[in-house]
Amino acid sequence: MPESEVIIGIGGAAGDGTASAGNTLVLSMARQGIAGYGYNSYQSVIRGGHSWLRLRFSAKKPLNHGDQVDVCIALNQDSLDRHLQELQPGGVCLYNGAKFQPSYEPPTGVQLCGLPVPDLAPDSVKLPVMQNTVAVGAAVQLMGLEFETLAAVFETTFAKKPAVVQQNVEAARNGYDYAAKNFQPLEAKLHRTDQTWAQCSGNDLLAMGAALAGCKFYVAYPMSPATHILEWFANHAKRLGICVRQVEDEISVVNMCIGANHMGVRGMCATSGGGFALMTEAIGMAAIYETPAVIINVMRAGPSTGVPTKTEQADLNQAFGASQGDFQRVVLAPISMGDCFVTPSVAFDVADKYQIPVLILADLLLCEGSETVATDVLNVDFTIDRGELITTADGSHQEPYLRYKNTPSGISPRAIPGLPGHLYVSGTDEHDEDGVLLSDVFTDPTRRKKMVDKRHRKMATILRDLPAPILEGPADAETTLLGWGSTWGVIKEAAERLVADGASVNHLQIKTMMPLHGNEIAAVVEKSQRLIIIENNHSGQFARHLRAETGIVANGHIRKYDGEPFEPKHIVSAVNDIIAGQEVVDVLSTEPGWRTDHPTGTSGPWEGLQQVTQPDVPIKT
Amino acid sequence: MSPSATVVDVKVKDFKPAVHPDWCPGCGDFGVLTALYQACAQLQIQPHNLMVISGIGCSSNLPGFIQSYGAHTLHGRLLPFATGCKLANQEMTIIGTGGDGDGYGIGLNHFIQAMRRNIDVTYIVMNNEIYGLTTGQVSPTSETGMKTKTSPHGNLEGMLNPMALAMAAGCGFVARGFSAQVKHLVELYKAGIEHKGFAVIDVFSPCVTFNKLNTYQYFRDRVYKLEDTDHDTSSFHAAMDKALEWDPKIPIGLFYRNPDPRPPLDALDPALTGLPLVQQDYTIDSETRAELIHEFM
Repeated sequence: MPESEVIIGIGGAAGDGTASAGNTLVLSMARQGIAGYGYNSYQSVIRGGHSWLRLRFSAKKPLNHGDQVDVCIALNQDSLDRHLQELQPGGVCLYNGAKFQPSYEPPTGVQLCGLPVPDLAPDSVKLPVMQNTVAVGAAVQLMGLEFETLAAVFETTFAKKPAVVQQNVEAARNGYDYAAKNFQPLEAKLHRTDQTWAQCSGNDLLAMGAALAGCKFYVAYPMSPATHILEWFANHAKRLGICVRQVEDEISVVNMCIGANHMGVRGMCATSGGGFALMTEAIGMAAIYETPAVIINVMRAGPSTGVPTKTEQADLNQAFGASQGDFQRVVLAPISMGDCFVTPSVAFDVADKYQIPVLILADLLLCEGSETVATDVLNVDFTIDRGELITTADGSHQEPYLRYKNTPSGISPRAIPGLPGHLYVSGTDEHDEDGVLLSDVFTDPTRRKKMVDKRHRKMATILRDLPAPILEGPADAETTLLGWGSTWGVIKEAAERLVADGASVNHLQIKTMMPLHGNEIAAVVEKSQRLIIIENNHSGQFARHLRAETGIVANGHIRKYDGEPFEPKHIVSAVNDIIAGQEVVDVLSTEPGWRTDHPTGTSGPWEGLQQVTQPDVPIKT
Repeated sequence: MSPSATVVDVKVKDFKPAVHPDWCPGCGDFGVLTALYQACAQLQIQPHNLMVISGIGCSSNLPGFIQSYGAHTLHGRLLPFATGCKLANQEMTIIGTGGDGDGYGIGLNHFIQAMRRNIDVTYIVMNNEIYGLTTGQVSPTSETGMKTKTSPHGNLEGMLNPMALAMAAGCGFVARGFSAQVKHLVELYKAGIEHKGFAVIDVFSPCVTFNKLNTYQYFRDRVYKLEDTDHDTSSFHAAMDKALEWDPKIPIGLFYRNPDPRPPLDALDPALTGLPLVQQDYTIDSETRAELIHEFM
């Protein structure tokens, strides 16, 4: 375990309270200036099954959940059996010793910390979740942190229930004190810093970022992993004056969203791949209406219902191909949870300025994960650029208003409906500059071409308003690692480790998927001898896109489509494989903890380990 | 379109655009459109305060034939679009216009949900019991046994009853007209537009080209006006009884007007209680922003 970094895994069944135990820990860390990153691997059940929340804490802001566990908090026998084996020497395993016992010998150097929970929290007999509080208290002790901040978190969490605060503080205190007397502290120590952190998920930040960017209308249908955006908006609607609706399906969602945008408000909607599939027809409507719209697809593993609680980056082609016909769109993929905050603002501005649909491709990893974000990153004024929007009738208007005026830029000043003197009808049929349909005439090649050209012309200058690729590391490195969207943090760490090991590596991360900064990418790739594209899908959707747009063919591909996100060690190992001559490396999460004979995804209790897999099994040989 | 500033005395001509409808001569939709001009003029609706929104189909070309704001949306999706428009600017009069295939076929779910949701939109359905623009296929309102291009041996399915459906879905204003009786239609439209909440007006609008069964004569022989009877439009049960009448006589007119209607959605949503959304300030002050951030700390 690196100095001043601790990775905690909390395992339990759905309903055992893994998430609330995790939130308590993260918040108490954040309040002490310690940065955190959380990824919860869970299954699609409401009660039972298994979930495994990994929290990485460090003075240096962690950008992924890391690749081992130092502290395991097992909330049930199943979790103890699954995860004890993956602890590293020096690691500790906390569990309710009155209820659970290890089924096998722990790895060498791992401390077993059975907590006599009934003695430490008598309430736990009636209220089993009190075991979580005891364990959290003990974990805080072992990390060498003060108790008071943890106690204050309970005061915030249960602000309206003083009795519950007291109950939790006592239980945590007892766990904290018991651990001091009976267990060895962790070698790694976390230290208080002066940084103020906010702890939020990507969904939180997409929602808040949109609201701060002027979003006045949000509409959605519940779909994991995007549902929380709707919940955030619903909880803040009244206070912020945002109209928030849940409606019958995603077809209704997107049409309502475009309707509101058409009238001149900034409206947004979000869904996942299945719901996005239902939205596709209307995306073409926004394009031919030249009505701005911001639509988020929080990707999960497909196709179809796929693996609803698992992450993947496989909807790139869906975003590119959404809706019939030949029209322009922007597709943005936020590269970190923090970036989720800024992306809606960029999307709204570009949508308004160019009067086009803008799609945001986030994913489960970003949106359901949680990350500490420096408060000064969030405490910023977004400049809101509504583009050429006519919101008042000035009376001096003598020429007939042409909603779809054929201008040199292709952008036509957009009057919002309701203004005197600017009447127009928008048609999903092809139409002329005044909005009158061309579709029902015998044929009109000249005007049809004029209108198609006008809409496409808007894209000539759009790239300069979109986030360019980010190059990190030496420009003349031998190997370039290229990723897009949510993989930025994990590739960054892998690249740093490779460099530390003596490899010549840099890292290029793409956020603007369409249109593509082809020249900028080519300039980087030209200087490097080896291009490796890393993506969370099977077929290399971005690699194909890059080849189509630029002719650049990658030398190696690292792909993962098993539902679990990349960890730094996966990429380090796979890059070395490619340098050694392999072309495509498919990464599978079969390291300890996953490399068990346990049938994954079952919701019943585990029958026991048939064969203990050694924790040091390398993932690639 | 020519600039049209605020008009002092709104007349029918203010709604007539330069574009002439491309419907077949004799199409029922002409009567629907004429009645709409008259109703809007009689209600003194300013053309710039009117937004007419349609789906896809012959009848859905209507927004192009009325001088107002308009949107010709996707097949079946006019009601969600119109709902978004109304929520964004509840000061505008929003009228939805479409056909039976659009509203009762592909868009049926939205129709039911819009009634349940009770958005203040007036929905005029030009019901010709056939798919006209695709040249004569069976529709959800085609009579059982009716022969069409896609039901050559007769329609095997039941006929949708939009009036009974609207009643069951909680619609507060349920009416039916006949496009050959324009004056009657005008009154229904006016009452529907003035109704605060969702209003549906189903209009028999014969397709002279593809529907040889439900012709003008067919309806002339069958329809009678509820206004000529002692029908109690405030009685849900009386209205439901009338909604189920079809053979040999078909009632037209106002079936039901909820005497104690729920306020429309656009009057209930807390974000819309002041100015329309589109006129509201969309910036968030730094103090509120700091509070939002603090929620994560």
